[in-house]
Amino acid sequence: MIHALTLILICQLAGETLTRLMGWAVPGPVLGMALLFALMLASPRLATLIIPIGEGILRHLSLLFVPAGVGVVGHIQLLGAQGVAIMAALVLSTILALAVGAGVFVAVARLTGGREDG
Amino acid sequence: MAEFTEIWSYLAGNPLIWLSATLIAYVIGDWAAAKMQRASWVNPVLIAVTLLGALLWATDTSYDIYFEGAQFVHFLLGPATVALAIPLWHQRHAVRRALLPVLAALLAGSVTAVLSALAIGHALGLSPQLLATLAPKSTTAPVALGISQSLGGSPTLTAVLVIVTGIIGALVVTPLMNLLRIRDWRARGFATGVAAHGIGTARALQVHPQAGAFAGIGMALNALLTALLAPWALGLFL
Repeated sequence: MIHALTLILICQLAGETLTRLMGWAVPGPVLGMALLFALMLASPRLATLIIPIGEGILRHLSLLFVPAGVGVVGHIQLLGAQGVAIMAALVLSTILALAVGAGVFVAVARLTGGREDG
Repeated sequence: MAEFTEIWSYLAGNPLIWLSATLIAYVIGDWAAAKMQRASWVNPVLIAVTLLGALLWATDTSYDIYFEGAQFVHFLLGPATVALAIPLWHQRHAVRRALLPVLAALLAGSVTAVLSALAIGHALGLSPQLLATLAPKSTTAPVALGISQSLGGSPTLTAVLVIVTGIIGALVVTPLMNLLRIRDWRARGFATGVAAHGIGTARALQVHPQAGAFAGIGMALNALLTALLAPWALGLFL
């Protein structure tokens, strides 16, 4: 367990360091994800080591957004007089982005003959 | 026996109580979501946030004090993002086969997320500074704050809009996809990651493993693309 956790933290640390060093716009943990993925591809033994712990963390990914979400409650007055316009933009734009993204995925998958089963 | 107020004043300044409160509120939210068969409108994050917001208000506790306890949970966001490599690894063959749909949906979803938010905000009379704040709202928080700052927006307000967008996405995605009759889990998950970053990905992981894996990729790729797109898109509305 401690090996898996250490490896995850090392990947994040390497990601944070690299992205700052290079001045990239990518967040460190996202780069860490790419690094861990590459390591898992390179070594199946490492993949089986990391899976139980990693999946344990991911099982309740929602929980990890709660502290930031509580911060929103205190800042909601920042929206001020424009609150309704901003909320309208957020709701409509999110619905549109979901519909267009998924629609284009399905359409291109059909055109290129990609199968749905994994 | 010690007075209750004494115990309270000791506990209130202790990270333990707010860490516990965060977990208890989430357990309640998760229990309610499980009870309702994971119906999308019963979102565990929204329930936990509402309960905790009310509790902080009732006990007159500042966010700084709350965060001293909650930071231990918040810290795990980084390692959890790294761990998204695992669902991606499980689905690596499916992802390789879906490379073209992934790239097309990324471009379409990302452009729609930025442009539609700006167009609606512009039509409703938002100031240029608010438009800059709004532009990166579908992007994962650390990238969104950077984009907002570089465009002249307010990073603090962007953080709020990012979280609200994630919750909206998690709430609407299931009924919306059912309405559109989109049953491909790859498409549903990927679009969710692009439009609603980590909170959408958390929802996708709960619904279907393939949706979760594609959502993680969508979130990561959208962070890259929005950083490139947002300055150009904002320029169209100024």
